[in-house]
Amino acid sequence: MTDLTTFTLAEARDALRARTISATELTQAHVEAVAKARALNAFLLETPERALADAARSDDRLARGEAGPLEGIPLGIKDLFCTAGVRTTAGSRILGEFTPPYESTVTAQLWRDGAVMLGKLNNDEFAMGSSNETSAFGPVVSPWRRAHPSVDARPPHAGSDEVGRVAFAAYDDTKLVPGGSSGGSAAAVAARLCLGATATDTGGSIRQPAAFTGTVGIKPTYGRCSRWGTVAFASSLDQAGPIARTVRDCAILLGSMSGFDPKDSTSVDRAVPDFEAAVSRGVKGLRIGIPKEYRLPGTPDEIAALWDQGAAWLREAGAEIVEVSLPHTRYALPAYYIVAPAEASSNLARYDGVRYGIRVPGRDVASQYEATRAEGFGREVKRRIMIGTYVLSAGYYDAYYVRAQRIRTLIKRDFEEAYAAGIDAILTPATPSSAFAIGEKASADPVEMYLNDVFTVTVNMAGLPGIAVPAGLDSRGLPLGLQLIGRPFDEETLFAAGAAIEAAAGRTVLPDAWW
Amino acid sequence: MSVDHTTVRRIAHLARIALDEADVPQMGEELNAILTFVEQLNEVDVEGVEPMSSVVPMRLRLRDDAVTEGGNVAAVIGNAPRSEDGFFVVPKVVE
Repeated sequence: MTDLTTFTLAEARDALRARTISATELTQAHVEAVAKARALNAFLLETPERALADAARSDDRLARGEAGPLEGIPLGIKDLFCTAGVRTTAGSRILGEFTPPYESTVTAQLWRDGAVMLGKLNNDEFAMGSSNETSAFGPVVSPWRRAHPSVDARPPHAGSDEVGRVAFAAYDDTKLVPGGSSGGSAAAVAARLCLGATATDTGGSIRQPAAFTGTVGIKPTYGRCSRWGTVAFASSLDQAGPIARTVRDCAILLGSMSGFDPKDSTSVDRAVPDFEAAVSRGVKGLRIGIPKEYRLPGTPDEIAALWDQGAAWLREAGAEIVEVSLPHTRYALPAYYIVAPAEASSNLARYDGVRYGIRVPGRDVASQYEATRAEGFGREVKRRIMIGTYVLSAGYYDAYYVRAQRIRTLIKRDFEEAYAAGIDAILTPATPSSAFAIGEKASADPVEMYLNDVFTVTVNMAGLPGIAVPAGLDSRGLPLGLQLIGRPFDEETLFAAGAAIEAAAGRTVLPDAWW
Repeated sequence: MSVDHTTVRRIAHLARIALDEADVPQMGEELNAILTFVEQLNEVDVEGVEPMSSVVPMRLRLRDDAVTEGGNVAAVIGNAPRSEDGFFVVPKVVE
């Protein structure tokens, strides 16, 4: 019998509907894969009983011909989404054994459509990180390993069927990060522990881990997915989205996750298009912009070559490639490191040890707050709350926060001008490097880690949709991704162009289980 | 701009995070690394540019001023570290 964890989400859906497999056997195979992969630390909580109960219900509905769009599909849920009756930690100690009495809108829609919950996935604490190393529950280990330096890992030629099919003679056993903050989501999908996962993206937290793990991740337009019931980091930047193994699988998941929700005041009341239909639309006639400001000094040659290759693939598929200018690009990351911490310092004020989570007693209520927050928050979170507190404090608000919000207007205007000139989507690298080792960036200077998001953060600042698609392997056999940035609410073009890159690059062959 | 140790202590207090005296120098260094990084924003001419208030053009919706749900005391206090008779319990606030 074929290994049921090697199905794509779309293949599993079709096999379930054809009744060639049952939701129970599909779920059982994934429950077992999850239990065998604890060395990766991707799951913070496994919910096998819930998964099998969900699957039994799905089998009933499939038998009655009442299957929902995700009927019987086993998913992992980033532990930033509140799940009713199931512990939710946001990767932090401060929430203790917090068990939400309510369900986030995004996950409620997945269950409405028939999905099966395998458990809760690890992430950087409060989604603040780019490597999953800030999680209070320890880092996630990527299923990917570097090929041994003596082995030539380069695929014979990009674009052939051979991409990613090179068998490496030897691996370096250095443990690598899966990226972050949705590191558990990306690792679980790449390790075939689930068919797809929910994730969130405030500065790159879906797209960077997807790029590091050879998976596909899309951050939709701000307002497309409800933020209700998702633990808040920076409310004007946060968006939920899926990570999955193919562009089509992401399109299917985003269709269920999206839609207007009156409970989120920034949710946009707009019809959800048929994202899956857009996957096979093709790119003929599209104008794809290449922003010259993304050619950063110090970018590895492999990343630059991959970007050129991506443009060539789209041109061969019928798109027109046009150079564009986004002059304020270099200011996006520093402006983000004012806006995001400012919003975080406000959002995280709620963790005071009174209504939920841990409490560390003090001599009065103020010292109780201070002791609880000192004990409950990790170093990165404390640092961001303090930066946010500083830039919002009296005398600094105009110099930092208001200036950053003005620059944000300029960043958005750059994109608006490119799109007004007839550009349909913009192609960039997803990350400035492939995955690095756990502990490799543990230097005292936090800015070094922040640079991971240099290509992705502009998209959050402008509220636009962005997708990361695997496009090849580097010389050490690690995945590299390309990013496509779309017009507001035009995720469909990203699915069409993402599918063209996926088809040209060939499906990434994921690592065999060594864990 | 850079922060000195007195400022680090003041920010920690404003943020309601107890900071060990031994941690003050390193936290100060890290905050200064970030503040140095964001200094390049001063190069940008922002004269006449509106600060962004909403990334997607939208009017904030108002809901009806009506009770939507209630009577969920057990659910509301269910995760409280300390509660009594349907109330959250905190140390004495008023002398």
